[in-house]
Amino acid sequence: MLAMTGVFTFFTVGTLIFVLSYLFFKGGHDLNWDFFTKLPVPIGEVGGGMANAIVGSGKVLLLATLIGVPIGFLAGVYLSEYGGVTYSFVIRFTTDLLNGVPSIVIGIFAYTLIVLKTHHFSALAGGVALGIMMIPIALRSTEEFLRSVPVSLREGAMALGASKARTIATVVVPAAMRGIISGMMLNLARVAGETAPLLFTALNNQYWSPGWNQPIATLPVQIFTYAIAPYPDWHRQAWAAGFVLLALVLLVNITARTVIASGFSHKPR
Amino acid sequence: MVRGARPEGRALLFWHKIFNGDQFARAIVFLCATSVIAVTCLLVYELWIHSELSRAKFGWSFLHTSVWDPINDQYGAAPFIFGTIVTSLLSLLIAVPLGVGAAIFLAELAPPRTSDMLTFLIELLAAVPSVIFGLIGIFVLVPFLQDYVVPALKGTLGFLPIFSGPFFGVSIFSASIVLAIMVLPFIISVSREVLLAVPRDLREAALAVGATKWESTWQVVVPFARTGIIGSIFLALARALGETMAVTMVIGNTPKIQHSLLAPGYSIAAVIANEFSEASGDVYRSALIELGLVLFALTIVINGAARLLIMATTAKGTK
Repeated sequence: MLAMTGVFTFFTVGTLIFVLSYLFFKGGHDLNWDFFTKLPVPIGEVGGGMANAIVGSGKVLLLATLIGVPIGFLAGVYLSEYGGVTYSFVIRFTTDLLNGVPSIVIGIFAYTLIVLKTHHFSALAGGVALGIMMIPIALRSTEEFLRSVPVSLREGAMALGASKARTIATVVVPAAMRGIISGMMLNLARVAGETAPLLFTALNNQYWSPGWNQPIATLPVQIFTYAIAPYPDWHRQAWAAGFVLLALVLLVNITARTVIASGFSHKPR
Repeated sequence: MVRGARPEGRALLFWHKIFNGDQFARAIVFLCATSVIAVTCLLVYELWIHSELSRAKFGWSFLHTSVWDPINDQYGAAPFIFGTIVTSLLSLLIAVPLGVGAAIFLAELAPPRTSDMLTFLIELLAAVPSVIFGLIGIFVLVPFLQDYVVPALKGTLGFLPIFSGPFFGVSIFSASIVLAIMVLPFIISVSREVLLAVPRDLREAALAVGATKWESTWQVVVPFARTGIIGSIFLALARALGETMAVTMVIGNTPKIQHSLLAPGYSIAAVIANEFSEASGDVYRSALIELGLVLFALTIVINGAARLLIMATTAKGTK
């Protein structure tokens, strides 16, 4: 019976290894310089790449970070440093609620908020959707890491005469910075792989999209579009794109998690 | 006192205002915290008013009608609710024994460092994007099921109505398997934490009265952590209900309620993903948004229950 639990564990780990290696072998050997630099070519022609999707993903994620990280971070500061008991409970509860909302519903929300009002599918809408998804985790991880800073650091700063805001800005936050940044990286990696909210906010685009008010190609949406299409060349490109996406996401995850695991709070010198 | 470079004149006044203005800083962070509540309320509000057309036209019958006819503007959510719930429950049926078993191994049996490393790898599985699972689902899992698993299944259990009918690869069964793999890491990591939180004395007491290792684990430790494990199952359920991409790619996109698991189906998230960007007509779009509202309500309830259960067991949670 106990041995069976071991089998279950190794099955799970085995699945991960299978996913990784399959993507590596299927997608890895199709990766070439064209993939990163060329635009998609018309259906039926072989070749082309996903340069616009990679850049598009970067653009949308940049906007998402600009929206999600400051709000989540500052809200986390509030919860950990200033909050009263009941109000903090309400905020944490709402954050967990928002975290649990399926990503497609957040896509609908961004659609009604921005696409309907501006009459455009746009990178802005996609960025806002992903930004909203980033807020709860940014908030929770900031709060957690700020809480782990020892009280003595805060008290020391206050004993020297610093006001509360100053203590937080110059003592507490830098002490927790490593953990907070790792948390944000994990957050970004999670949101980078999200497809559903982008399906009808950023839509998709075969070309470069200038500005923020045009539909934009993103890597996950491109993978989805290519995977469900009947063209073998598109399938090949979907695998390559999947490999790139997975490699990036896992790289960021592993880095962030190792940094967190190796100790994140300010060590006294 | 900790100081940075000192700017001059008006910049100095601004600097003082920021760094010595506790009220100002407090107001800013308070606003950000409140904005989370504002965003959530706005979300519910937008879902509500944009599903108005559909709610007015169909009322409660939306939830139990089976028709999905964009041409005649007749919509009913029953096939999607059915598909969502069946795939999620079936995925749990597969994932819970595997997940709890693996969590028991990681918490009780494995040496600490091995356990940490394996948990690290399993949490990486949770980080894999959903489209990747969809890719593997379409091109690896579905052919595998078609060539090996389903013939074997039909050979042994084919007399059951749930395994009757032709199998085209994309089906509720395939979607459930992909979902099971996706929720497995969540069950494992939360259950493992909950099991690790069980006090040592309990295990030792059981061993002291002569129980075997398995007996002490299964009959003492796991029941103690039962609430938390159920909480993790609810969490996994909430995740499975909202899962969009992997399900869309392998479920078959057929808005029909069928008794066979091998038949294609549809889920709420999948229909929204497939049809939203092309929804012509206000009632069509409103019906899809109402589906989003239904999904939202479902996941809220399940998530709320999950949080409560997990809170009851571990020291963390919303306090």
